Amino acid sequence: MTRTRTPGISRRSTLALMGAGAMSVAAPWVARAQAKTIKIGMPTILSGRVAQLGTSSRNAVMLEVEKVNAAGGLAGRQIEMVIRDSKGQPQEAARVARELVNTDGCELLLDGEASSGSFAVHEVARDLGVLCIHTCSEASSLTADPKQHIPNAFRCVRQGIHDSIVGGSYAAAIAKTKGLKKWATCSPDYAYGRDTTGEFTLYLKRFAPDVEIISESWPKLFQPDYTEVVTKILQAKPQALYSCLWGGDLTSYIDQANIYAMFSQMEVFAVNMADYTALTVVKNLPKGIHSGNRYIKTFPTTPENAAWGDAYKAKYNEYPTNWSWQNATAVMFLAEAAKKANSADGKKIAETLKGLTIKCPFGADGTVTMRGDDHTLVGYAIGWGTTIPQEPYVPEVKVGDWKTIFELEAEWKKSKGYT
Amino acid sequence: MDLDALAGCLSSSACLVTQTTSGLIIGMLLFLVAVGLTLIFGVLKVVNFSHGAFYMFGAYFAMTAYQFTGSFALAMLAGAAGTAVLGLIFERVFMSRVYGADVLMQLLVCYAFVLIFDDVVRLIWGPEFKSMGMPSAFQVMPLFIAGGVVPPYYLLLIGVALSAAIVLGIGLSRSRIGKVIRAAAQNPGMVSALGINTGLIYGGVFALGGMLAGLAGALAAPVRSLTPGMGFSVLIESFIVTVIGGMGSILGALIGALLLGLIRSYGSLGFPLFTEGLMYLFMVIVLVSKPTGLFGKEAA
Repeated sequence: MTRTRTPGISRRSTLALMGAGAMSVAAPWVARAQAKTIKIGMPTILSGRVAQLGTSSRNAVMLEVEKVNAAGGLAGRQIEMVIRDSKGQPQEAARVARELVNTDGCELLLDGEASSGSFAVHEVARDLGVLCIHTCSEASSLTADPKQHIPNAFRCVRQGIHDSIVGGSYAAAIAKTKGLKKWATCSPDYAYGRDTTGEFTLYLKRFAPDVEIISESWPKLFQPDYTEVVTKILQAKPQALYSCLWGGDLTSYIDQANIYAMFSQMEVFAVNMADYTALTVVKNLPKGIHSGNRYIKTFPTTPENAAWGDAYKAKYNEYPTNWSWQNATAVMFLAEAAKKANSADGKKIAETLKGLTIKCPFGADGTVTMRGDDHTLVGYAIGWGTTIPQEPYVPEVKVGDWKTIFELEAEWKKSKGYT
Repeated sequence: MDLDALAGCLSSSACLVTQTTSGLIIGMLLFLVAVGLTLIFGVLKVVNFSHGAFYMFGAYFAMTAYQFTGSFALAMLAGAAGTAVLGLIFERVFMSRVYGADVLMQLLVCYAFVLIFDDVVRLIWGPEFKSMGMPSAFQVMPLFIAGGVVPPYYLLLIGVALSAAIVLGIGLSRSRIGKVIRAAAQNPGMVSALGINTGLIYGGVFALGGMLAGLAGALAAPVRSLTPGMGFSVLIESFIVTVIGGMGSILGALIGALLLGLIRSYGSLGFPLFTEGLMYLFMVIVLVSKPTGLFGKEAA
């Protein structure tokens, strides 16, 4: 019996076409998996008033990526950074993050956003399932709040609650010694500003119960003029002021407060002051501002930290910033996790990152840990001191104790219903 | 809302002095930017959306001149003169081509230049923020008047802005060139027919507007951080001032700016979380009750 061929497409052709179709659809993933290089996307702020911080994040990442690539790359794959400007706008940060993964083929994300943008990028990471390491946002809730938690996101950044525990106890000791009972606050009106100020005052009052907050100011982020805020604080006549303004906002504020002689009328605690980005830009830096350490190459006082600061300066002709060390540490974590997992796959790296401890120039004891239960960085050097207007800017730093931080943080998490 | 704080302030002479001065400072800086905007609109009938860029350039020019010369006076001069020249070139080369065009076209051209100017600043001075620093002559203790705090630098700022307002007002109402400018605003065809070069007048007015915005930027440079894009927020507030005062009215710009400054200053005490909102609310109230603004003229 002779089988006659029916007109049209044969079964074999159909299967071949389906196969080709499937191959063409799967091609980007196959190609991506087999690619020698691994693309890491990084949305960060490269324009506007905090561009210096975004640029310093990029610089630090590139400094470390060069080292990783020279040592063989991420599990044998050379890293190619794809860095885009989010302009500091949350919607733009989310759009850029999505585009980096979907269009540019990035397999991992380093989220170099301030808190205003990091929550938006976090949602993109949740949606796409890509490994994301937040490298700049200090708002505690980003990783402390279980509702925010996703298995593929980590935070390699100092955290507001840690700073506040150390800062609150430091400030309370000074408040008791100098009798500073009336306090004012002035912080930017967004998640980081609200969270951090609330946490600082919580611990300030815990350690110095007599303290009273008599005035609060919440200027909007990137506000150009603080005159009305400065005069409002002066009217309240506090004995001390806390602020978590940062970057250009902080320098503007200091310039404007300076001409009202505000710094001679009260003790000022500005947690973000001790960072080169502010220390070197303010022309008439007042003496004696209390600040948490951000990045200074003299704290932690180790040769490794000083060498890293000098290497950065040698390459970029300026000192690094707080965002620099955090971004550098994220790359160090990636390299170590990929090495341990023997893979550059995001899921495998995520599994390895949980609880991972690495050697690091910025560690309180020379190491830092990515805590497993909430995916956040612990063990970094943390302390407070007072400024002088020339190097080393913060000559003496009172070191924070991580045992106390852990105890009080656990208590705080419980009080917030996070555990 | 903290009405107790506001009431407490209104009954304290020290607070009244401090907050009123604070309002005047904010208002006078806004006035310098807004008056250029309103002048350009009044004469050229162009909504110059790129006006904030001249404020930004004024600040950068002043900072650069101060870095090179160490002279605050030269820094102010560089800020004002530099932006005047820039304004003239910008008007002659680009803006003069969109006179009479649809307002949307004018806005698009101006907005394109907002982005271009920001990038130019980024290219020349870098993306990071800068600080000019307060000249040593003004690094002195503030004055205490009736218990209120008034920095000497801000007195200079108020004085300069007020002088500019007076010179501008008298110049436009009394001088021959002022009369020609007003005539060109009313009937450019007739002015041209009389043999007067309207192109020169338009260029001059644009340069004057740019100069005033540049002067505001230069005066702000010692107390505000400088960054690409810094003109935008000032521009928005200046637009509010211009709309409240009445488009094209110099007196309106002055009154509008002072009112806005005082609203911000006292609003920060009584309505600390609604200070921005108060400005917009005030604008809405003015526009609903008088759509042409406080000193705007009804369309003929």
